[in-house]
Amino acid sequence: MRHIISILSENQNGALSRIVGLFSQRGYNIENITAAPTEDPSISRITILTQSDSVEIEHISKQIHKLVNVIKVSILDENEDGAVEREILFVKVQAMTRPVREEIKSLCDIFKAQIVDVTPELYILQYVNTSAEIDRFLQVITAQADVIETVRSGVCGIARGEHALHL
Amino acid sequence: MEMLNGAQICVRTLEDLGVEQMFGYPGAAVIDIYDELLNSQKITHYLARHEQGAVHMADGYARATGKVGCAIVTSGPGATNTVTAIATAYGDSIPLVVISGQVATSLIGSDAFQEVDTVGITRPVVKHSFLCKKPEDIAVNIRKAFYIASTGRKGPVVVDIPKNCQNPNVKIPYEQGGPVHLRSYNPTVFGHKGQVKRAAKLISEASRPVLIFGGGVVQGEASENLAKLINRMNLPTTQTLMGISGFPGTDPHNLGMVGMHGTYEANEAMHNSDLVIAIAVRFDDRVTNNARKFCPNAKIIHVDVDPASISKCVHADIPIVGDCNTVLGQLLQSLDEQDLHANPELDAWWAQINKWRERNSLAYQRDDKVIKPQQVIEEVYAAVKRSGRETYITTDVGQHQMFTAQFYKFDQPRHFVTSGGLGTMGFGFPAAAGIKVAYPDAQVICFTGDGSFQMNLQELGTCKQYHLPVKIFILDNHTLGMVRQWQSLFYHHRYSQTNLDYNPDFLKLADAYDHKGFKVSDPKELPAVIDKVLSMDDDLVIVDVITDTDSKVFPMQRTGGSMEDMILSDNVED
Repeated sequence: MRHIISILSENQNGALSRIVGLFSQRGYNIENITAAPTEDPSISRITILTQSDSVEIEHISKQIHKLVNVIKVSILDENEDGAVEREILFVKVQAMTRPVREEIKSLCDIFKAQIVDVTPELYILQYVNTSAEIDRFLQVITAQADVIETVRSGVCGIARGEHALHL
Repeated sequence: MEMLNGAQICVRTLEDLGVEQMFGYPGAAVIDIYDELLNSQKITHYLARHEQGAVHMADGYARATGKVGCAIVTSGPGATNTVTAIATAYGDSIPLVVISGQVATSLIGSDAFQEVDTVGITRPVVKHSFLCKKPEDIAVNIRKAFYIASTGRKGPVVVDIPKNCQNPNVKIPYEQGGPVHLRSYNPTVFGHKGQVKRAAKLISEASRPVLIFGGGVVQGEASENLAKLINRMNLPTTQTLMGISGFPGTDPHNLGMVGMHGTYEANEAMHNSDLVIAIAVRFDDRVTNNARKFCPNAKIIHVDVDPASISKCVHADIPIVGDCNTVLGQLLQSLDEQDLHANPELDAWWAQINKWRERNSLAYQRDDKVIKPQQVIEEVYAAVKRSGRETYITTDVGQHQMFTAQFYKFDQPRHFVTSGGLGTMGFGFPAAAGIKVAYPDAQVICFTGDGSFQMNLQELGTCKQYHLPVKIFILDNHTLGMVRQWQSLFYHHRYSQTNLDYNPDFLKLADAYDHKGFKVSDPKELPAVIDKVLSMDDDLVIVDVITDTDSKVFPMQRTGGSMEDMILSDNVED
């Protein structure tokens, strides 16, 4: 099952490598990972998307928490109010001809994606949504235009309601 | 405020933390710290002959004393040589701080001379590690390292100190810090009250309970409370290899070791129990055999300081996270408060257990001509009892280790030191040297094999230099006995690479290092030789005991089976 793990960690050198190392060391998988300092620069927030069953996710959570510089761990999707999650996607597409450019433009309007860079031959599209919606958008764009390059941020998520991950 | 340079700060911090003995090996990246060590009035440094030996010594010292063991090594190969020893300590949750030199911060990442990523290489085998980036980091990181190593589930911590941070010419203010606080690290001490209450009730209701404990009882100083619980509730008790010495081996409640080479009665009792009270064990595969077939009719109470150990291998019905000594105290109190007593049905359970005991699963046949390895352990045990002397035992890894666990009865905590989790051959002798440093007046005996001993025998030099007269009994069967046992039982006697036909002459080896040596192959001469050796207070003695090549360790669980799937001898199967 798909799980999103949110981690607050001391923002120290090596902290991220300990978390990533733990996954490979214990045979857990990482689908994607994002990491950045929080509003308090001494703390990093790390979000990991993983596939695991309910027993394994509990082990993963305990093992991460055991790391000395991890402050808090939460499984976002176990929050009873649910969670909000987003990913950001950039796609560089070939846009040489007017019909292609118009098609891309109208698809972007439908999906509420943005064209953030334009050259005579290339567009860069930006799309923010859930991972599943991003998959769908990519599928549609790929069918209509030549995709040169894509990049996804990995999942970023936050619990709905009162539940909060802070010190 | 006092102004000190990085090297001085390193030594002073160790002094302020109460370090009196440390082990190590110098090199370019720690030369300033070594220079400062010469000035220290409080710390005695023991020069090993190999960094692995140094860290095993610190490990043995820590296991026997309960203090944090401390070692210091140089960068690059100095640090990589410690990896096995650090992993050994990690495998058994031993408090250790290893200080490693590192190339100057300006050179980190440049593949400089003797540069390796020490923090990276050791990451999977440490509890935590620190890289100091400036002199100001040294004191605070060493203090944190000692705190982390010695609290919660204990373990080794590495502090990597680049050479330029030790620069004698850069002085900064030093003050002795207060207690360490880490917002991200707060080990649980007290067990959950409701869970403790439920556990106490279950213990009093069980008709076929077994208590199993592990190394956490020894490391967590919980022996006294454990004995109180066992005696009060009349509990059949077994222990893992690491638990040995946590509860007296001579006590009738003690069924001996559990697991792969555990006694028949311990494994049968576990398999047939209705309640397993697990104190500071982690249910390693050598204990549970096939975890899916583990104790099919038992509820499990699991007390451990490490939440990640609970329900990791075996599902716990009543998990209790907390320091095992504290939780045992809580359990005793809860039994009193609820006025709970042992279930009267325990008499029938004990009768059944005593029947299993009568099987005498450790029995072996002695011989007039050949010394049996079991016999050596029994004879040394008898001689130590006769001598009445305080005695610490270490082992290496293999058959002799299992025979020691089975035949030597330990009545005092910390007096049995062995590498259980990682199973590191070459551990026993340097660990014994480390214990001798801590307790110069005690007898320290290392049981080893001809295979294991050759993995770290260079420390014979260290023992000469510092006068560490440990006694080394090599159970010399001219083979890698445990592997041979497997080859014999499961690989059609195909002895691939297990013959040790080119052993050195161990007497000449002893002589080369100016130690004493004995060789014994006649069973009749064995007791006299042992008595003689144990009386030689001033000498390190190597005793080369020629033992039977084909002796096997029984009982032996069948891999993949349940706890009671045991092979009991070469002929009889059960």
